[in-house]
Amino acid sequence: MTAPATAFDPALPWRRSRSVALRPEPFGALVYSFANRKLSFLKSKTLVSVVESLADHPSAEATLVACGVPEARRGAYVKALADLARSQMIEVRT
Amino acid sequence: MTAVLPPRPPAPERPVGGRLIDQFEYGLDAPICLTWELTYACNLACAHCLSSSGRRDPRELSTAEAEAVIDELQRMQVFYVNVGGGEPTVRPDFWHLLDYAIGHDVGVKFSTNGVKLDRTRATQLAATDYVDVQISLDGATAEVNDRVRGTGSYATAIRALENLAEAGMKDFKVSVVVTRENAGQLDAFKALTDSFGAQLRITRLRPSGRGADVWDQLHPTQAQQRDLYEWLLANGENVLTGDSFFHLSAFGEALPGLNLCGAGRVVCLIDPVGDVYACPFAIHENFLAGNVRDEGGFQRVWQSSALFADLRSPQTGGACTKCAHFDACRGGCMAAKFFTGLPLDGPDPECVQGYGETALAARDLELLPPRSSVDHSHTGPVRGQPTLLGVPSIPARICDESPLAGFPGV
Repeated sequence: MTAPATAFDPALPWRRSRSVALRPEPFGALVYSFANRKLSFLKSKTLVSVVESLADHPSAEATLVACGVPEARRGAYVKALADLARSQMIEVRT
Repeated sequence: MTAVLPPRPPAPERPVGGRLIDQFEYGLDAPICLTWELTYACNLACAHCLSSSGRRDPRELSTAEAEAVIDELQRMQVFYVNVGGGEPTVRPDFWHLLDYAIGHDVGVKFSTNGVKLDRTRATQLAATDYVDVQISLDGATAEVNDRVRGTGSYATAIRALENLAEAGMKDFKVSVVVTRENAGQLDAFKALTDSFGAQLRITRLRPSGRGADVWDQLHPTQAQQRDLYEWLLANGENVLTGDSFFHLSAFGEALPGLNLCGAGRVVCLIDPVGDVYACPFAIHENFLAGNVRDEGGFQRVWQSSALFADLRSPQTGGACTKCAHFDACRGGCMAAKFFTGLPLDGPDPECVQGYGETALAARDLELLPPRSSVDHSHTGPVRGQPTLLGVPSIPARICDESPLAGFPGV
């Protein structure tokens, strides 16, 4: 296995990938990539607001702060975002 | 309509957080995976057809009605549908509806026996993004396949696979229903599929439709189920299953995918006349939630039907909830229980812990298992009819087949 093309760097600016649609659900949301036809789940409403507001902030870290994710939980959110980056649900803004 | 389900206490509040599988039990705002059977018409007469297909239903959704369903699926953000039948490609507007769906952000994965997949269509599909094709094959050899699907059907499927491969189609699937007769061919299926650069998909035989007539004869033995489970653990990452073998998880280790009955929770079926059933294997009035032609359309059926609300409350009672393996198999397949005459809160007829066999033996034989009143099977002999149930009788004189034969004065 080779390393993913871009490892997730929370200091970079991110956004929901342009080919990805987000469908709200009672538990959070379902995200679907029209590019790779993968389906993923956002398991909390906070994670949904993080993904949706990535584009409004200078970095993923800043997004977590703005969405009120407590410091103790940030590690888990960074991991969730890294998973989403790996499946191309979120992408770096250029 | 909901009396079929065992009484359950009022649904508790949906939990916050936790495992996804527990969330799915409470249902979603729109299905993840929706099966849409476009027609009951089929050129074949497979012995185990889950939808008892053969003849077209005159009430079939029109092109405009089918387009309206697609519009609604787009609004509900149902990102793809599994299209089947019958044989969907015999609908004259099939290729139009395919393009229409793709143009409205609804991806299509369709199942076909390959009858219409000539070189031209294969080339067209290879050039279309966002479409998946599954060719049905129920034997890795013509002998095993044609006994169930009919003489010549293996050759038709192989020709379609060749055409797709030659056209450069990517990621097409070979879709196999595992039976007692082909369970020993899993490695052969894998090799055959690999030779076309395709992907193997295997699913479970259900006693649904004409499958009820052959289930005793065709469903895998306990020993075959064990072998299948071991095979899936070894090969599961590269083989699709539609998550249909979750009842095997009670052997020990959970299989990849969703280990839960998704009926009415994350999946459902729209049939050719627009009826919405809890799952593709449950075409029976007891699992009929509504019709897309009703006021409010599909969305209202999905979100408000009493039947689906009932299916979305977790099972808390019944024999299975006391079993140590309940969390692994969740009681198995609702349709398999129903069409073998077993209670829905009891074990699956193929329960790998053996409780299914006990339950089958304890059935009241006076009570016949329920049968669907929806049957579009061909009424006369079909070319290349399957021989599983014996050689079809050939009429002695052609006029014996005339609808007027035997009438006085004709």
